[in-house]
Amino acid sequence: MSDDKITLEIDGRSCSAAPGEMIIAVADREGIPIPRFCYHEKLSIAANCRMCLVEAEQGGRPFPKPVPACATPVGDGMKVLTRSPKALDAQRGTMEFLLINHPLDCPICDQGGECELQDVSMGYGEDVSRFSERKRVVKDEDLGPLIATEMTRCIHCTRCVRFGAEIAGLRELGATGRGEDMRIGTFVEHTVSHELSGNIIDLCPVGALTSKPYRFTARAWELTSDEGIAPHDGVGSNLQLHIRGEQVMRVHPRDNEAVNECWISDRDRFSYEGLSSPERLTAPMIKRDGAWHEVEWQEALSTVVGGLRGLIDGLGADHLGCLIAPNATLEEQYLFQKLVRTLGCDNIDSRLRQQDFRGDSSDPLLPWLGLPIAELERQTAVLLIGSDIRHEQPLLAHRLRKAALDGAEIAVVNAYELELMHPARQLTAVPGCLLLELAAIAKALGVSGSGSIKPLLDQAEVGETHQTVADSLRQAGTKGSGLVLLGALAEADPDLTLLKALAWEIAAAAGCRVGLLAQAANSTGAHVAGALPHRSPGAKAIERPGLNALAMLHEPRQGYLLWGLEPDLDLIEPGTAMQALDQAGFVVACASFRSLALEQVADILLPIAAFAETAGTFVNAAGAWQRFQGAVPPAGDARPGWKVLRVLGNLLEFDGFEQNTAKQVHDELAAQCDGLTPDNRLQGTPAAVPEMLGTPLVRVGNVPIYATDALVRHAPALQRTQLAESLAVSLHPKQAAELGLVDGDEVEIHQNGHRGRAQVVLDDRCAIGTVRIPAAVSGSESLGAQIGTVALEKL
Amino acid sequence: MSFRTTPLAVIHDVDKETLLTPELRAEIDKHVAKYPPEWKQSAVMPALTLVQDHNGGWLTRELMDQVAAYLDMPETAVYEVATFYAMYDLEPVGRHKVCVCNSVSCMLGGAEELMHHIEEKYKVEPGGTTADGKLTFKEFECLGACRHAPVVMVDKTYHECVTPDDIDKIIDDLD
Repeated sequence: MSDDKITLEIDGRSCSAAPGEMIIAVADREGIPIPRFCYHEKLSIAANCRMCLVEAEQGGRPFPKPVPACATPVGDGMKVLTRSPKALDAQRGTMEFLLINHPLDCPICDQGGECELQDVSMGYGEDVSRFSERKRVVKDEDLGPLIATEMTRCIHCTRCVRFGAEIAGLRELGATGRGEDMRIGTFVEHTVSHELSGNIIDLCPVGALTSKPYRFTARAWELTSDEGIAPHDGVGSNLQLHIRGEQVMRVHPRDNEAVNECWISDRDRFSYEGLSSPERLTAPMIKRDGAWHEVEWQEALSTVVGGLRGLIDGLGADHLGCLIAPNATLEEQYLFQKLVRTLGCDNIDSRLRQQDFRGDSSDPLLPWLGLPIAELERQTAVLLIGSDIRHEQPLLAHRLRKAALDGAEIAVVNAYELELMHPARQLTAVPGCLLLELAAIAKALGVSGSGSIKPLLDQAEVGETHQTVADSLRQAGTKGSGLVLLGALAEADPDLTLLKALAWEIAAAAGCRVGLLAQAANSTGAHVAGALPHRSPGAKAIERPGLNALAMLHEPRQGYLLWGLEPDLDLIEPGTAMQALDQAGFVVACASFRSLALEQVADILLPIAAFAETAGTFVNAAGAWQRFQGAVPPAGDARPGWKVLRVLGNLLEFDGFEQNTAKQVHDELAAQCDGLTPDNRLQGTPAAVPEMLGTPLVRVGNVPIYATDALVRHAPALQRTQLAESLAVSLHPKQAAELGLVDGDEVEIHQNGHRGRAQVVLDDRCAIGTVRIPAAVSGSESLGAQIGTVALEKL
Repeated sequence: MSFRTTPLAVIHDVDKETLLTPELRAEIDKHVAKYPPEWKQSAVMPALTLVQDHNGGWLTRELMDQVAAYLDMPETAVYEVATFYAMYDLEPVGRHKVCVCNSVSCMLGGAEELMHHIEEKYKVEPGGTTADGKLTFKEFECLGACRHAPVVMVDKTYHECVTPDDIDKIIDDLD
């Protein structure tokens, strides 16, 4: 096909188009409305609803009958009429057929008021139906806790079916039966279990698929809409928050091709439910003699100030440890570090799920994804290290899947095999041996290496797969489309420094780019804001860094400031963390949710606004600053975090806490980031001795998709889905046999003095030696490191 | 977006050598060979027919799943085919299938009368099986032999211009 533009005429307007484009795509671009149900820009063309019939002529010869605009390619000099009597007549006819079997239950239908069928029937339908026979009735399907169905309303556009096949890569829905008996459903009763499945709610043009949590709670015309940014993964999906009064009623995607296209993950869509959880912290509270009392803000804040002053004057600022969640806003992180550093303390960290900090001095200044999100799908070879990507970053997994379907070679090096929706070469090994797998790939690329990685390279044996992966990376490197990515499980690895060193070596040898999958909404932002012991605002290196997140717990402090985290679930070593916090004399926790663990360790609880309740900024994995406004007021007496920090600064009589809006905080930080661009260049040579090499049995604690942060953990519908994992010990059957364990055995988990109980599940996707025990789920609170040595004892 | 040029392939996590029977696999392979490699799911209809014949005239969900696995298809896509076409049965059937065409020409040519006759004489509803398990009676979408309506397909044989007397004779001759 040539690149030449062709010209055609739609409704008398001259339009230019690329050859091969469909009439409807050109009309959409020109803003000429054509009714449609089955056509969707991101899905393949089905041309089965026939709603977009238009009249057309080519070369002076009219087409004998109306043609579907979605499936008719444009031609040079083509004339299209979308509103001619012939076209309108065809559209009216289609509408009449569609309405034959569609129930007239708009008053009780959730889609009423925002229904494509309703809208189009207002324009093209007749007010009286000539059809007097009985309408068909279809039995409902149970699609799980997220999607409500009313299949009688289905008009068989098959958008949901095509979404499953083409976007999700998991064909769960299908059209069974024929003619009058055709049904959309799963045929076999099982619930839809894909992390993007909620998108079919948006795709459904009628009320057949609607949101279950939102069902019957509001009408479209009662809602106002505000823009938002998703607070979970590193994508920062653009959202449209639908609000009634002071409550977020539901969340929809906002189109942004560079970030989330037109999709969002179920996590981003349904986590808003957590906002109205009964466990929200709604008033400042102080613990006196072991009992919690609600107090006024004034009293709470002055107690905090008094406590901090007492601690610092008495013991010194170094006896304070400050931890902030990586999904706190940029403004919160900035003011938090400013407050803490003005107190004279550098013990501040947001890398809550990292345990190897030996690479801090050599780390890049502002690590990022390595490329804009949209470019992921144009890579031709990707090496993914230590990541359960579908659970960590659902939409980045979707981008990689697009690349894979385009022919990219995807290789995964992980402690257990992933269930991917596309072909991939998977190398699995127990953490420790993962290093050798990577070293083998590096060796195949001809890396000779020096320093810490030299012994690993010497030990590595290059197999056929390593060679293939290396070759594909090198080939992609010559085209500038190769990528090496490190995920959350790599970040939690005790040998992160070496994994990084090898990843960078591989990327350099193959000519590929290297990137990090930022775990939380603002992990990248934490570098910008300086919420790290070794970085000040503007991602500048600090000469004498403070203690990192783990050191603060291993060398217990006398006082702690916790921001937006639950210590028993959000920290890499929950057992150690709880002990350290328990012994501390003064713990201030700022949180949106109450939890038993917080009430156990804290002395003061300050309620802060959660997602959608505060203005702020998130810097996503690709380094994009995305600002948002508060859409609803905070729950109860909670206050936006930046305001709490500002007032604390005032009460401590510090300079530089005079901001009146979140925007002013943002601007103050932005001024310090002039010319700052994400940069993955290492600042030195990472050096470390392997920790895990040769450890036979290692716990690998993946954070399940619906356990990533407090908001998601409090969203009831998500917790009822199949993807919400609970605590279990997954092992390879051979490994289990070696340990004398069988499926369903109750075992005691021993980790460095920490213990817990769970059931054994046999899973041949685990590498030999890997014991997969999820982190951040109920029952994991008493365990040791997310990735670390483990012993199992049969009960 | 454009028209889809290749079908969605799903690689199932099973050893294909364990699916169905070696004979069936060999038969299916003959049909697979007729299509380009990436279009091997085009062989789904003959595959289902072979499997159905092998299984006494009907398909179980497990068998359909095996066909899906063998042809690298999503299970749902196989269910779609099996539920669309009238020649596949998803419930146990009698020893013989008597399929009366119900499309326009046959209807005008006397198919309705024929169906009433079968219903009353053999005490069987369309879609049902006689008590003795001898035959399953089916209403069928167009059999494509309109010029000699009404048409009845008994097992794999077409009978044209069928009268109630003819059908009695045909059924008597079965077994």
